[in-house]
Amino acid sequence: MSILDVRDLQVEFRSRSRGTVRAVDGVSLTVERGQVVGLVGESGCGKSSLARAVVGLEKHSAGQVLLDGEPVTPVGWRRRSDHDVRMQMVFQNPYGSLNPRRTIGSQLRDGLRTPASRTDPDGEVRRLLDLVGLDPATADRYPHQFSGGQRQRIVIARALAADPDVLVADEPVTALDASSQAQVVNLLVELVAELGLGMLFISHDLALVQEIADVTAVMYLGRVVEMGPTAEVWADPQHPYTRALVEALPRISAQPSLPVSLRGEVPDAARIPSGCRFRPRCSQAMDVCREDPPVVSRGAAWSACWLGDQIPVGAPADASEGDAR
Amino acid sequence: MSIETPRQTEPAQPQDRRVRKALARRSWPQRLRVKNVTSIWRQPAVVTALVIITGWLLVAALAPVLSPFDPIAQSPDTYQPPSGEHLFGTDELGRDVLSRVLHGARLSIPLAFVIVVGALLIGGFLGLVAGYLGRVADEIIMRVTDLFFAFPQIILAMAVSAAFGPSTRNAVLALIIVSWPTYARVIRSSVLTIRGSDFLASARLLGVGPVKALRRDVVPNSVGPAVVLATLELGNAILMLAALSFLGLGPRPPAPEWGAMIAGGSRDLSMWWTSVFPGLAILTIVLAFNVLGDALRDRLDPRHAKGMS
Amino acid sequence: MTPLLDVRHLSVSLPTSTGDFVPVIHDASLHVNPGEIVGVAGESGSGKSMTAQALLGLLPSGARIGGSATLAGRDLLALRGKQWNEVRGTDIAMVFQDATSALHPMLPIGKQLTEHMRLHLGLDKRSANRRAAELLDKVRIPEPERTLKSYPHQFSGGMRQRVAIAMALACEPRLLIADEPTTALDVTVQAGILELFDDLRRDMDLSVLFITHDLGVLAALTARTYVFYAGRVMETAPTTDVLMTPRHPYTSALLKARPHAGDAWSAAADGTTARLQTIPGIPATPASAGPGCPFAPRCAFRQDRCTDAPPPLLDIAPGHAAACVVQPDLGEVPA
Repeated sequence: MSILDVRDLQVEFRSRSRGTVRAVDGVSLTVERGQVVGLVGESGCGKSSLARAVVGLEKHSAGQVLLDGEPVTPVGWRRRSDHDVRMQMVFQNPYGSLNPRRTIGSQLRDGLRTPASRTDPDGEVRRLLDLVGLDPATADRYPHQFSGGQRQRIVIARALAADPDVLVADEPVTALDASSQAQVVNLLVELVAELGLGMLFISHDLALVQEIADVTAVMYLGRVVEMGPTAEVWADPQHPYTRALVEALPRISAQPSLPVSLRGEVPDAARIPSGCRFRPRCSQAMDVCREDPPVVSRGAAWSACWLGDQIPVGAPADASEGDAR
Repeated sequence: MSIETPRQTEPAQPQDRRVRKALARRSWPQRLRVKNVTSIWRQPAVVTALVIITGWLLVAALAPVLSPFDPIAQSPDTYQPPSGEHLFGTDELGRDVLSRVLHGARLSIPLAFVIVVGALLIGGFLGLVAGYLGRVADEIIMRVTDLFFAFPQIILAMAVSAAFGPSTRNAVLALIIVSWPTYARVIRSSVLTIRGSDFLASARLLGVGPVKALRRDVVPNSVGPAVVLATLELGNAILMLAALSFLGLGPRPPAPEWGAMIAGGSRDLSMWWTSVFPGLAILTIVLAFNVLGDALRDRLDPRHAKGMS
Repeated sequence: MTPLLDVRHLSVSLPTSTGDFVPVIHDASLHVNPGEIVGVAGESGSGKSMTAQALLGLLPSGARIGGSATLAGRDLLALRGKQWNEVRGTDIAMVFQDATSALHPMLPIGKQLTEHMRLHLGLDKRSANRRAAELLDKVRIPEPERTLKSYPHQFSGGMRQRVAIAMALACEPRLLIADEPTTALDVTVQAGILELFDDLRRDMDLSVLFITHDLGVLAALTARTYVFYAGRVMETAPTTDVLMTPRHPYTSALLKARPHAGDAWSAAADGTTARLQTIPGIPATPASAGPGCPFAPRCAFRQDRCTDAPPPLLDIAPGHAAACVVQPDLGEVPA
């Protein structure tokens, strides 16, 4: 049984000006122990809303989040249950994830739950700091005395204090510079392997996800459009959006070339195109794309695109911009 | 359990000790943005303000010792201009103005503290409730504050204190009633910002209960703006107290309240010393509190903002 | 060919609150030829943004500047106060990372563009508006007429950056400095902006100093690159040479720390989850660096002589120089 099982998750936001916006519209994915699932998407795709809903910081409007088979309750007015606490989050902003007025040791102690830690909390704090590669003697320091990369390590240590089974990492290295990025990413990958965690790694950086994820899921406008073993998705992307993402990556080579741009823009989540959501920007859009595309599987990978289903006959149809629902 | 990533050490220390000290108190990104701003404790305005405030606090404490005369002792030497014997002259009842000004500090400053602390406790609590509980509690409390804000503060204070009957105690109560909404707003806004922060979310995810999170994560981070506001409000309280007593709604005569003294002196403006000196007292102390409050805001809020998303 | 921008031995120190000075750039030299896009690479603290600010007179007051910087023969570092108003925007312009803060939220885009132009070029309202529409067209914004009347918040990040570029180009500057212009944008939007820069270079013969930490972007767009570390130039060469055959250990380490998916020299994927090659420690700043090479504490090839004195920029091949006395054999950048 998967350690994390997300089923048809929907997250809605209500605002007076734009009505109901469905930031996440039916996303399903699973994460196994010791596995890294990478979720890639650009701004507006709903990946952060998904992350927050999966971990329980937002209420979902439909669907389920199952941790080790049991549903997860969103954070409310009660203390988080011993079950729910086994899923933790690593946040994006190293400067906002730690309370500036408490020592890091005291913040690490927040999560300690095991009986061992109750008898010797300081020892446990030192162990956690060592686990993430920080000097245990620094437990009495304040967050502003650490660099961005170090703060992210502290955030990871804090998440580990609760002895979690699943880590949801929402753009954990985006705000760091290159040296720190590599260090923190490596740390996460090692922890997954050594502790047998499952990790949902969310990023806009396709190259990074390709390096570290076992399974890659590509998200666009609230839905996953393609998912499969990373090597396959990278080598032979089926969905035109995935292909566009891959082609838009600047590469280093002896014959450098400009990355290919994608026309159009991400539509407002309040006015989602009918049928295939990618239709207005797809260079291969056809008439049939006005209807919801089917899920087409190829072994362990699948994509949601009419192209996979049939050999296109005739010229591509006129793809008009944004048919609002 | 060993992980290969190398242990992190502190960034290499710059060679010059003075530079190191200057940089030591900043966080890593702040070290890279060295601004051309002198530390606030060195700015002449702030130092002057602190000196003035300390001076007045000492005066308030030592007024009986420092005053040459009894502040309420009347004498036949009415309306004497400033002279060697009466440095600030005498008022319409022959009382020594200097002694009255000094004793005025003894009256105004403690009362101002009482007003600020009272308003902070009430407003702070309600602001915390509104920000943290949200929804219905927030709506109710915000609408109440709206009601209060619909009136100019001083008019409302006048109305309340006139309704209760003029006295020192009622003036203080009126001013507390009138000023708590400001604190509520400021603290509520601070709490709302923290509610959206990642570190609070992280604490809740780890299983920290809502009350414990309030105590350890929300309140300590809301203190900054509250301190700034309280400092500024001290000056405001003194000013409003003076206004109320100028109108006869505050401490009853013969209490040497600065506002009342200005009122008394304003009957005959050619006798300028009876109004000007208490006026200067108000001016200097209120200005000093404002400068200090501003400086505290520069110090507390940007760093405060740095630590949050 | 005489360079359009010629910076020699630039040094910048900034005052601290205690009255001391902290060096941020040390002995940096670079040049941009007409019609060339030159890249400046580096992480935070490397001084790359400070260099741009120095060239535009945007350093905090009290900063100490040494060396020289000339734009088409005109000494930029000697300009004072009002003289900058003639140069900024007309000879040299800048595009920043955050387009949102470069645009006034309360004024329509047309007004922001024309105001700028009328001030510098003295155009009347109608010609300014016409030119504004032309500029928007040049940066590939659809429906320029409608855009002129719209407000910044009605546009996406990518569009706003295009408007910011249009504003920068309004008075046809000879040099455009772009400081991380695509860092905040999605990769598909970034591709469009990079395409735009390349088109502008070809159509307008625009020279660009492109500052970024993203080595892939440099590879795609720039002809030559300078790699900055701790306020110094560590390596410079035609971009392909720097990135495919780096000669400085820092450049090599930076390349290996980057996810190299899709790069020409990436190893064939063997299916296992990979690790990025890390550089131990954190980036040094000029203030934290000791005597000698600032990268020495983190360098895998360091020798004793590296900490004696700062390494000079040594020529290795025509157009390729690296500030390293060890000159290790880094080979082709391996997987």
